[in-house]
Amino acid sequence: MSNQATLTKKDFQSDQEVRWCPGCGDYVILSAIQKHMAEVGADPSKVVFVSGIGCSSRFPYYMNTYGFHTIHGRAPAFATGIKAANPELDVWLVTGDGDAMSIGGNHFIHALRRNLNMNVLMFNNQIYGLTKGQYSPTSPEGKKTKTSPMGAIDRPFNPISLALGANGTFAARTLDTDSKHMAKVFSAAHNHQGAAFVEILQNCVIFNKDFYNDTVAKDVRAEKTIDLIPGEKMIFGTESEKGLRVNGWDVEVCSAEEADVWDPGTDSSAPAFLMSQMDDDPNLPMPLGIFRQVEATCYDKAVNQQIDEAVANEGPGDLKELIWSGNCWEID
Amino acid sequence: MTTIQQPGSELPLQQLESVVIRFAGDSGDGMQITGSQFTMTSALVGNDLATLPDFPAEIRAPVGTRPGVSGFQLQFSANDIHTPGDAPDVLVAMNPAALVVNLSTLKPGGLVVVNTGSFKATDLRKARLETNPLEDGSLDGFRVIPVDINQRILDALADSELSKKDKARCKNFYTLGLMYWVYSRPLETTMEWLAVKFAKKPDLVDANQKALQAGYNAGDIHELFQGRYEVPKTDALPAGTYRNINGNQAVALGVVAGAQLAGLRPVLGSYPITPASTILEELAALKRFGVITMQLEDEIAAVCAAIGASFAGCLGVTSTSGPGMALKGEAMGLAVSAELPLLILDIQRAGPSTGMPTKVEQSDLLQAVFGRNGDTPMPVLAASSPADALEVTIDACRIAVEFMTPVIFLSDNFIANGSEPWLLPDLDTLKEFPVEFATNPEGHQTYKRDGKGSRPWVKPGTPNMAFRIGGLEKDTDGNISYDPDNHQSMTDQRHQKVQNVANTYPPTEVVGETKGDLLVLGWGSSKGIITQATIDSRQAGRRVSRVHLRNVWPLPNDLDEVFDGFKAILVPEMNVGQLARVLRSEMPHHNFISYSKVTGQPFLVSEITEKIATILEN
Repeated sequence: MSNQATLTKKDFQSDQEVRWCPGCGDYVILSAIQKHMAEVGADPSKVVFVSGIGCSSRFPYYMNTYGFHTIHGRAPAFATGIKAANPELDVWLVTGDGDAMSIGGNHFIHALRRNLNMNVLMFNNQIYGLTKGQYSPTSPEGKKTKTSPMGAIDRPFNPISLALGANGTFAARTLDTDSKHMAKVFSAAHNHQGAAFVEILQNCVIFNKDFYNDTVAKDVRAEKTIDLIPGEKMIFGTESEKGLRVNGWDVEVCSAEEADVWDPGTDSSAPAFLMSQMDDDPNLPMPLGIFRQVEATCYDKAVNQQIDEAVANEGPGDLKELIWSGNCWEID
Repeated sequence: MTTIQQPGSELPLQQLESVVIRFAGDSGDGMQITGSQFTMTSALVGNDLATLPDFPAEIRAPVGTRPGVSGFQLQFSANDIHTPGDAPDVLVAMNPAALVVNLSTLKPGGLVVVNTGSFKATDLRKARLETNPLEDGSLDGFRVIPVDINQRILDALADSELSKKDKARCKNFYTLGLMYWVYSRPLETTMEWLAVKFAKKPDLVDANQKALQAGYNAGDIHELFQGRYEVPKTDALPAGTYRNINGNQAVALGVVAGAQLAGLRPVLGSYPITPASTILEELAALKRFGVITMQLEDEIAAVCAAIGASFAGCLGVTSTSGPGMALKGEAMGLAVSAELPLLILDIQRAGPSTGMPTKVEQSDLLQAVFGRNGDTPMPVLAASSPADALEVTIDACRIAVEFMTPVIFLSDNFIANGSEPWLLPDLDTLKEFPVEFATNPEGHQTYKRDGKGSRPWVKPGTPNMAFRIGGLEKDTDGNISYDPDNHQSMTDQRHQKVQNVANTYPPTEVVGETKGDLLVLGWGSSKGIITQATIDSRQAGRRVSRVHLRNVWPLPNDLDEVFDGFKAILVPEMNVGQLARVLRSEMPHHNFISYSKVTGQPFLVSEITEKIATILEN
């Protein structure tokens, strides 16, 4: 990587014109990723962006790295093949709430449980954008769209809860309006050895404009959200005066002094799950930051280790020996 | 038939040229093992042989019922044979259901070895029989050897510590021993197999070996049979070293060999499905060859992971059956659009929908050739026998990497589980087709085509060659393009590229005269049956030749010319005429006669010969 150290953000921009709607949150995310890549001195020839279908899935075309724009929902499966075939590649998956949680739900959970060493960026705008505004599996109940004129009756997925339920080893949430926070979360995800799931709340200015403003708009964010920082006290509020602590099976608001220190690496994922479920409680802040971060065997590594082991134990395969094995007989 | 006296035996030893034997019992009776052991031993004796396993999809259907009957038919011969035989000479029936399900196929005057221990009133009821076929005249016209195998096995294992139930489970080896005696086969191969199979359970090795020996001894002691038979080793097979191989084993070897010839690592993404699962099992055991196998969460993930592996510079492979290939369709289309090599192994089974998973059919042909959205051409190859499956798999690998295209390999349940003597190939004669990855950015374009119409393959990780591709239409640089002329051109280029594959085929081989009254055109597993049927028909004075298609799509360039030599072309298929439909649309000026069979069973030789006779006599 040393010879790449001088690369700038611009070196990660492809020659393709970016074609998202003006004002789309995707632009900021793209910029944050390109910046992150330059900062960590990534080698563009070792990086692969894989995507499914949806607005977010155009992402690979705009990165000056290897890229594979695949089919709807299946990107985790393509990434599994890429990463198992070559664990040296730095694989990034870009997906949306429809792509990952609906049509690709099965592949999403299995990629997380296998703990493929890759980064999964899920742009969550709680709406289908590319197909022009139908409700998504993360749209809230009652959401009125063209396909739910009387309000969506589906109960939504909570992406972080789902990732934890799939035994994901890393789960985080960030926000398209906060480049600094994104940079911090992307760094943590990139450093994580395993499947690093990052939910990015992303504004669809056409079909679900400012859907998150009740929670994350500048004037309310300090009160309505909390940043989960590993090893630090869980503190929020305009004056950083409030905190969170775990009491029995619940989380409750307390004073900053009484706040618990956040540990995303507990043996059980229960504390992280408790945090993820706070989204539904109007009396508690919505967490951003790092919910879960634990180590586990990576699938891609294990697949290749088994091959090394087999070669070490049995010797490299000899096709002739294999074909001539078993009960052979001669005919003169 | 000659009769000689075997030293040490009072019974005459009769020489036979060929025997067709069918073992039938409950799915829990171990008939597949019995049949495959008889096969292995017959192979080592030096017979030519062909097998037809025929089993239910249920692992254990209700005991003693007709749907639960599992059968294994094999023909072993001193001559060159091509099929497992139309009608068995011998039926070994372990229970009433096995007897009644199979009796109608037995040759008149054939031998029935029947386990009388399983013919109690309850057994008859399970088989939905109102009267006992042993007593009601059902077996008139057959030679019946009644043996109470249930009791005999308990007697033979009287000293064993095993439970009564475990002892009863050894009865298939008693039966096998008895049949080894009848056909003068040695016990060693099965004795050794048992020692390895149950290495961790010595009491089971002991019991099953005793059962085998007891069955063998019973032939002498109990004077059940009027004579013993011998089928001498064949001299019809070419000299060389042989082993038995079934189709799925051959495919697994073909994947390893094909990838080696291409200089690539094979990566199999798969999801278990009957009758393809054993390909995944076989390849999972070959990790020392550098084979990556991934059992994914579903059929779609399986093909996607394989495509991902190809994107990364390996040879992506996926194994499945018809229902699975239907699920993979969209991803296969992506491989066509992205132009990545991929091998799709479809081990066909009877459809539609779940159909009959363990029964044979060739009804995925149209799905293979056409079954995707958009204009999505793809080469399709079909294996004709277990041994042929290796060569065809290797050729499919070659086409995939030379033309940067997904390739479908069709096999079926008859090939997958059937076995035959396989003349081991000289590996040095296999032609390499090494892949050269593009590494030079100078003048490089993602979809710049070579003389064959193939595009360059760049391995991610290569400096200064980064590219982005996907399922959206693209231009020669690989960038997204909705330009009307570009789409026309790219569609034409993809079509032409696949057509160009036909330029690499060897000339079509006509077996028999190149001119005649009738050409029998087959594909897939019916090759042996058609071969025998055309031999028989020619002996009967008919001007019949045959061609067997390996390359189902694109069709060979010289086929039209071959067809010109014949008044009509008979196309027997285990579907409702799918290849015939393709041929009629491609070459409408020829007279194609479709002959369809969809019973879940292979054609009989007699069915084809009769069809030929009917056509030529009218």
